[in-house]
Amino acid sequence: VDDIDDVIKDFLIESHEGLDQVERDLVALEEGESPELVARIFRAIHTLKGTCGFLGMSKLERLAHTGENLLSKIRDGELQNTPARTTALLSMSDAVREILQNVEATGEEGETDYSALERELTRLQTPDGEADDGDAAGGEATGGEADDGEADDGEADDGETDDGEADDGEADDGEADDGEADDGEAAHAAELLGEAAAAPAADSRASSTPKAATVAEKPAAPAEPTAARPSLSVVPAPAAGSPGEPKAAAPADVPAPAADPPKPPEARPTSVSDGVVRVGVDLLDDLMNLVGELVLVRNQILQHAHRIDDAAFGATSQRLSHVTTELQEGVMKTRMQPIGNVWSKFPRVVRDLARACEKQVRIEMDGRQTELDRTIIEAIKDPLTHLVRNAVDHGIETPAARSAAGKAPEGTLLLRAFHEGGQVNIEIADDGGGIRADKIRARCVERGLLTESQASRLSDREAMQMIFQPGFSTAAKVTNVSGRGVGMDVVKTNIERIGGTIDVQSSPGEGTSFKIKIPLTLAIIPALVVRSGGARYAIPQVSLLELVRLEGDQLGQIETIQGTRVLRLRGDLLPLVDLADALGIEPQREDDAVNVVVLQADDTHFGLVVEATHDTEEIVVKPLGKELKHIDAFAGATIMGDGRVALILDVLGLAQRAALFGEERGRLREQAAEPETRSADAQTLLLVESVQERPLAVPLAMVDRLEEIPVERVERAGPHDVVRYRGEILPLVHLSRMLYAAGPRGDGETYQVFVVSHEGKRVGLVVERLLDIVEAPLSIEPLGERRGVLGSAIVQDRVVEVVDVAACVRAEMAPRHISSAAWADAAE
Amino acid sequence: VKKMAETTSQYCTFQVHDLYFGIEVMRVQEVMRPPEMTRVPLASSVVRGLINLRGQIVTALDLRRRLQLPERGDDQEPMNVVVRGADGPIALLVDEIGDVLEVTEASYEPPPPTLTGVTRDLVSGVHKLDQHLLLVLDTERAVSGRFA
Repeated sequence: VDDIDDVIKDFLIESHEGLDQVERDLVALEEGESPELVARIFRAIHTLKGTCGFLGMSKLERLAHTGENLLSKIRDGELQNTPARTTALLSMSDAVREILQNVEATGEEGETDYSALERELTRLQTPDGEADDGDAAGGEATGGEADDGEADDGEADDGETDDGEADDGEADDGEADDGEADDGEAAHAAELLGEAAAAPAADSRASSTPKAATVAEKPAAPAEPTAARPSLSVVPAPAAGSPGEPKAAAPADVPAPAADPPKPPEARPTSVSDGVVRVGVDLLDDLMNLVGELVLVRNQILQHAHRIDDAAFGATSQRLSHVTTELQEGVMKTRMQPIGNVWSKFPRVVRDLARACEKQVRIEMDGRQTELDRTIIEAIKDPLTHLVRNAVDHGIETPAARSAAGKAPEGTLLLRAFHEGGQVNIEIADDGGGIRADKIRARCVERGLLTESQASRLSDREAMQMIFQPGFSTAAKVTNVSGRGVGMDVVKTNIERIGGTIDVQSSPGEGTSFKIKIPLTLAIIPALVVRSGGARYAIPQVSLLELVRLEGDQLGQIETIQGTRVLRLRGDLLPLVDLADALGIEPQREDDAVNVVVLQADDTHFGLVVEATHDTEEIVVKPLGKELKHIDAFAGATIMGDGRVALILDVLGLAQRAALFGEERGRLREQAAEPETRSADAQTLLLVESVQERPLAVPLAMVDRLEEIPVERVERAGPHDVVRYRGEILPLVHLSRMLYAAGPRGDGETYQVFVVSHEGKRVGLVVERLLDIVEAPLSIEPLGERRGVLGSAIVQDRVVEVVDVAACVRAEMAPRHISSAAWADAAE
Repeated sequence: VKKMAETTSQYCTFQVHDLYFGIEVMRVQEVMRPPEMTRVPLASSVVRGLINLRGQIVTALDLRRRLQLPERGDDQEPMNVVVRGADGPIALLVDEIGDVLEVTEASYEPPPPTLTGVTRDLVSGVHKLDQHLLLVLDTERAVSGRFA
């Protein structure tokens, strides 16, 4: 048993459990027809068949397959479930168990021949197989024993009485599959059944008292296959198509294999299934809660241990800490499930879907053993299914289209999962047609999500994110496969609800890839504890990028322009949010230093100004009551080491509250509701200066990054300045030259550059100075034809020119034309 | 009438400003002095904070504020009645805890029309007692809905 590998072990455990259920269901089925029961039995047998086919157990597979065929006909209503069929199916269950026991003991399926049983199962698949039997039997009855229909009745009655006994026996034993105690009685009952079977009218008798008959067979069946077999062979002869064949032949046919199997029923108690205990999820949840409490107590004691100087106590509390951590990990493990549990149904989903769409799709899975907390597994099941369906339906092209594009006709869908930095990454990538940004822009306009000008100003990357907007669907037509009202926005919402993020990347013609990051568990997370307004708050570590403490001269790195504070951090402008302001609490400044916690929310980075930062701790996340759930700045609460409650910050909610994102999402939603006020809506604008005293504005949403590039890194390529940037060559466009025909000035050492992208093309726009990031309504007044400028607008009481990013990018691509235009402008 | 008189219920009683309230004993989990509370910024003023009730985080609502009654004086330390809500326990800050009273259904009446405003919404009925009226607090309503 030791060397049975895990797959087979799991298979054995599951199959035994499945068979227990099948047997209960089969018996219950006789009590009354129920489509659900039949369906459940069918599924169980189907699963069994599939798995043993996979494991190369051909005998088992064939047997299960025969049974499945019979079941499918019963399920589809083609056949009635009769006692004979139930009996045959139960016998199949026994036979399967025998084989499983052989597999467990020897690793082989065993030598036993089940062809008689298979024949029986096959015979019962004909709608009139049963009827024939009846007829044949009846015919015989009238023919052979014409004189005593009464005697039949008598016998049947006898059988029934004895069945009654067997019934009692079983009642004592409950479900008693092992019912050795029954053996005598059961065998007796079976014997009687055998006799009854021998009687020509057995079938009519059996169907006249179906309940008694099955009940009698039930204990007999699992305990001693032989007991069931004779009754199963009630009328095997007609199956062979020779009604004249002597009856005795059939029973003789069957006992032989039944005698063969060396495995006594007692073999099961020592089987692998006993190495595994099924435990209720409730119990695990309770344990998890208790461990959570223990973690808190541990934290409390550790804090205490720091304060008092007692080596012994210190050592003991350290030990407690280790044990607690191990216990926590252990209990967490019990709740962990491999992501393969969710994925396992995808090959089927993909296959069916691909057929329906007339596509060829191969699914590849990588990292199916990656484990996740079961609550998270539950939560990602639907979003993942949706993404998989989408990839097949919309992502991968038809074989013809693929061949035309020079790709293999068969598309590939890759599912990948791996752990990284306390998070689980899941990727769903297809090698299909990809998503074209211009299509998305067009769709956004069509759906009223954006105006033409807004759409044209979106960078490709931002356009891609638009597929997560409510009311967006890229499918040209709504098929019955996907696009059933569940959009990508629901996928995103569901993933964010469990603290995850989703990102999409796509290159036209090459495919689309969705990257999902989710926490390993929701219950206990590492968090940074900070202080603001005299209270402590916990910040989930996953959002944390770095901590910056600014003292003395360094405070100059914070620039405050009209109330908005930004921090220059390694060339990037980092918007700052004061936690006390965001929460509307009184700040309690203790010193002059400023503590900035750099956080990531979606794609945006921002700095959270707090009064102090403490340690990172493992915290137990507790939900807030429904009276507080609506506050988006908090993700929950936790109990700190000193027993007091601290709120857990929801970084995403906080960023939204502080209106940090170019407010793409919130803003777009509002716009969809009120199309008239679109143009006047506030936007986050980056203000730059290209030529002295002539400020320019760019919607921050269009800016990928802000960079400071040393002049010596700039190289010439033809007429352009270029710079090697993140593995690619970034062309630089000097706005001063383009807009004002003035040369770059700068400090001569570095260029201030903001990187924009448009239609897949990235360009760095060089400006003199980065001035500010402001939130302002942008109402653009056209300025006549002028390259690179959309028009002018009033931002914070100053006239600024709004940069036409698209034109600037194009300018880079068609240099001569543009430069002449620029010169023309300059000449004016 | 006799049968009615025999059906009694027990109420945990308490004072909030000048009102005398009762909550069915079965709905009350415990009564205690409020432990240290953690303020919840951005929340309604009715939410006084979060308390750690043996490892469980419980929201404490100020019943005076909930009922839009005048603020408690600074010298007056509130008491905490923890009630079992549909979504777990919730703490109500009250002025003073009274006795557990046994009342009969005979003394029960629907809320009098003299009750108005928020109080009317949160009182499911009254018991006419010898000394005063006992207002039966509808705890579900008291802890849900949008507070001012």
